[in-house]
Amino acid sequence: MSNIFNSMLAWVDKRFPLSSNWKAHLSEYYAPKNFNFWYFFGSLALLVLVNQLLTGIFLTMNYKPDASQAFASVEYIMRDVDYGWLIRYMHSTGASMFFVVVYLHMFRGMMYGSYRKPRELLWLIGMVIFFVLMSLAFTGYILPWGQMSYWGAQVIVSMFGAIPSIGETLQQWLLGDFTLSDAALNRFFAYHVVTLPLVLLVLVFVHILALHETGSNNPDGIEIKENKNPETGIPVDGIPFHPYYSVKDIVGVVVFLIVFCGIIFFAPEMGGYFLEYNNFIPANTLQTPDHIAPVWYFTPYYSMLRAVTVNFLGIDAKLWGVILMAGSVVVFCFLPWLDRSPVKSIRYKGPYFKIALTLFVISFFVLGWLGTKSPTPLYTLLAQIFTVIYFAFFILMPWYSKIDKTKPEPKRLKE
Amino acid sequence: MKKITIALLILCMAPFGVLAGESGMPLDRAPIDTTDNASLKRGAENFVNYCLTCHGASYMRYNRHRDIGYTNEEILSKLVFTGQKVGDLMQSAMRKKEGEEWFGVVPPDLSVIARARGADWLYTYLRAFYRDDATHTGWNNLVFDRVAMPHVLYQLQGEQRLVVKTSDKGEQKSLTLEKAGQLSATEYDKFVGDLVNYLVYLGEPHANARKQLGIEVMIFLLGMLVLSYALKKEYWKDIH
Repeated sequence: MSNIFNSMLAWVDKRFPLSSNWKAHLSEYYAPKNFNFWYFFGSLALLVLVNQLLTGIFLTMNYKPDASQAFASVEYIMRDVDYGWLIRYMHSTGASMFFVVVYLHMFRGMMYGSYRKPRELLWLIGMVIFFVLMSLAFTGYILPWGQMSYWGAQVIVSMFGAIPSIGETLQQWLLGDFTLSDAALNRFFAYHVVTLPLVLLVLVFVHILALHETGSNNPDGIEIKENKNPETGIPVDGIPFHPYYSVKDIVGVVVFLIVFCGIIFFAPEMGGYFLEYNNFIPANTLQTPDHIAPVWYFTPYYSMLRAVTVNFLGIDAKLWGVILMAGSVVVFCFLPWLDRSPVKSIRYKGPYFKIALTLFVISFFVLGWLGTKSPTPLYTLLAQIFTVIYFAFFILMPWYSKIDKTKPEPKRLKE
Repeated sequence: MKKITIALLILCMAPFGVLAGESGMPLDRAPIDTTDNASLKRGAENFVNYCLTCHGASYMRYNRHRDIGYTNEEILSKLVFTGQKVGDLMQSAMRKKEGEEWFGVVPPDLSVIARARGADWLYTYLRAFYRDDATHTGWNNLVFDRVAMPHVLYQLQGEQRLVVKTSDKGEQKSLTLEKAGQLSATEYDKFVGDLVNYLVYLGEPHANARKQLGIEVMIFLLGMLVLSYALKKEYWKDIH
């Protein structure tokens, strides 16, 4: 039996680099042996991506991208399609969980300095993935054509209109109409199911290629490749990804699925955070809801969009909001060059970085919470304060990371 | 680990938004039990009698009600009045244009109203109509000011009157029954309770099946957790 298998494999290997790729990316890809809890989220993001692609295909079979039929077709899926409710909840919960996983994945990178040399490109590719993911979430959220789909999209689209001189034309070009209508729904559907998933798949592939070129970072933030066994050329602190991390990731996948399925089966609306209550009302172009809030994963940026209330430096308040909102996401791209610390990992960084990161996380959560509320003078003031803290984390980083009192890095991994 | 705990705590707190009517009125807790088929059937029959005339439930098919214990024949005799087929959608008997002419707005479709408004809001709303001569319909509502809908159930509930008490805490609004209806207050609460219970079922007919399947999936995953953890331990023996 194994003989037949071996000769078949040899046949394939002559024609396709199967064994060599298996070795290069799995069985002889050496990963640091000290990965902790935070290192599950990369493979989990891949899992959620597959979930979104598969459930998305089945949703597309019954969804109708038509302003007069979209809402009803979603309810048709929920009621009359066999297990349609399950597929829909897997997709809607998957969208939110994609952001949970990706946020934790990014936070891991920030804690352990995974964006530092030689992984700057890896980080940048990841950031582009994040932009595409946000576009996917936005275009997908429009599709059920509920009140929040419609009015949330209205807010986002009007942001493009705030761009000077080209804004209005750009907005019309995006919508394919003068207002948000059936034409826009159709093109957003096309972006959501064809363009963006294709781009995302390619980028994820490139992200993994770049990762396997540099090798993974680890909680100690030191390079395992600098300490190789002179005979074998294998990093002394490295272990083959397969089987060690493949079996470990399976445990992570099961734990994740327990949470994921817990939401799908017992709280698919997640208290109005994953599926907003107002989105169970069909889009009404004549009635603006009292309170427009995006889905939770966009709320920190939404807060910053609303934070600016006065015109200054000759720029309109609305445009400032758009600049801040775009800036709050783009600013992550500069991290590799903002961080001047001699060490990568938070384990060896000093108190300044730890305080800065803590404040950043707090501001992210507070801004997120504020984004779900209707603005009041107090909330707007809070949003302004925490927007400043949010940006200070990045802008002051070259300074505080340099003067911070760091501990010496170890030569070998600690665990 | 501490940070993870804090992060998770914050995440868990997020869903507890305060639920109150737009008017800020405290809402009464609706008696919801979507496994109680007798209550759902009473609710369904009252729904087609009192609501379906003006409102549609047009994402729902009549024959879906087999889930709550009806046969096709029972559905046709108890729920379908307008000669529709058993597999048809529950459309309103009223045309949209008529609704707009009569009420100023098209009465909303009720298929997913319980998911949009919440059961407690509906339960309170349907019991909070009062006489108000200042409105077009002669009715007003404590949780939905100047609602376009008249009090369809007034023959059952009777007529309520608004009582406003001013104290140092500000205005306090309450309702008092002025003219008794066919049902006692307890009977009317039960009537509305059944109706709202049905609306919750109507919002997501597969909810019970979902929870049932969820329990099976969880048992499977917990088993998988034990196995996968044992597998990981076995492989990692030679690392630590």
